[in-house]
Amino acid sequence: MSAAGQEWEDESPERLYVITGGRTGAADTFSLDLVTLIVAKTSPRPGAQPEHAAIMRLCHSPLSVAELSAYLKLPVSVVTVLLGDLLADGRVVARAPVPPAELPDRSLIEAVIHGLQQL
Amino acid sequence: MDFNSSEPAAGQALAEQPVAGQTFAAEPVVGPRSEDELPDSATAAVKVVIVGGFGVGKTTLVGAVSEIRPLTTEETMTQAGVGVDDTLGIERKTSTTVAMDFGRISLNKELVLYLFGTPGQQRFWFLWNGLFDGALGAVVLVDTRRLEVSFDVIGRLEERGVPFVVAVNSFPDAPTYPVEELRGALDLPPEVPIVNCDARLRTSSRDVLMTLMHYLHGLAAAGT
Repeated sequence: MSAAGQEWEDESPERLYVITGGRTGAADTFSLDLVTLIVAKTSPRPGAQPEHAAIMRLCHSPLSVAELSAYLKLPVSVVTVLLGDLLADGRVVARAPVPPAELPDRSLIEAVIHGLQQL
Repeated sequence: MDFNSSEPAAGQALAEQPVAGQTFAAEPVVGPRSEDELPDSATAAVKVVIVGGFGVGKTTLVGAVSEIRPLTTEETMTQAGVGVDDTLGIERKTSTTVAMDFGRISLNKELVLYLFGTPGQQRFWFLWNGLFDGALGAVVLVDTRRLEVSFDVIGRLEERGVPFVVAVNSFPDAPTYPVEELRGALDLPPEVPIVNCDARLRTSSRDVLMTLMHYLHGLAAAGT
């Protein structure tokens, strides 16, 4: 076995494969950013996949995709797949980050400056 | 009192809470502390990326201004994203995931700022795609003892059209240069701000972010 093969074993890809049902991230469906805020709409369904249930519990208050990844100790790409399921079922909602465009908006920057001044 | 009890004291029990799990199902997921939860009024988030070499103080800066203890998210190196040669180029690195530390600042009831620290070395650029999409801008954190990492980073940010400022973290044993000398050394355009900072200090790190925001505001006002 090569050194590269060893690396993959250490990271236990099988576990991640099982969690996502073999799907990889960035499927067509939803464009989720690291800072998209996720909020649960309902309680976890009895018998839900443990990872789905864990997301539902964590998102009783808004939580970014990055924070979900950190608390679940799962790669962002895996969390994204799981969120795709929950979004499709309407069990969570996503609050898209701003700005979606390339240009920073002046009033947005001013809001950031004002917020930083309060630190 | 039962001195023979094998039950740990309450304090001990707390200290023995699992901190880093390897298997998901075996451990309960520990979420944010209640005081770290965002209010339901939080409707929008923005992000800023702190980029620099290892040990330059990215996480220190993030931690200095973050309202939460910095969290860590990992991204997996996929075969599609990184060629075999690139993977082999990582000397003595056996991990296939790269950690990114990040923090959070609630700017007001609705708006939340996230700060992500990411390594500047070329082999980690595969992380940048999702990271810089939609980012307001970046802070290039520089250690004057290791300027070479910054060259590639600055070039790459310019290529991507990401607005950035340069912050020089003041290490006690690092040589200090006049700002204009650094500008020349880093081949920076005259309009890009360079500031000195102490990433351990909240006010100093906050000022770095302020410098970035004022720079962005100028860019937005100029319509560039």
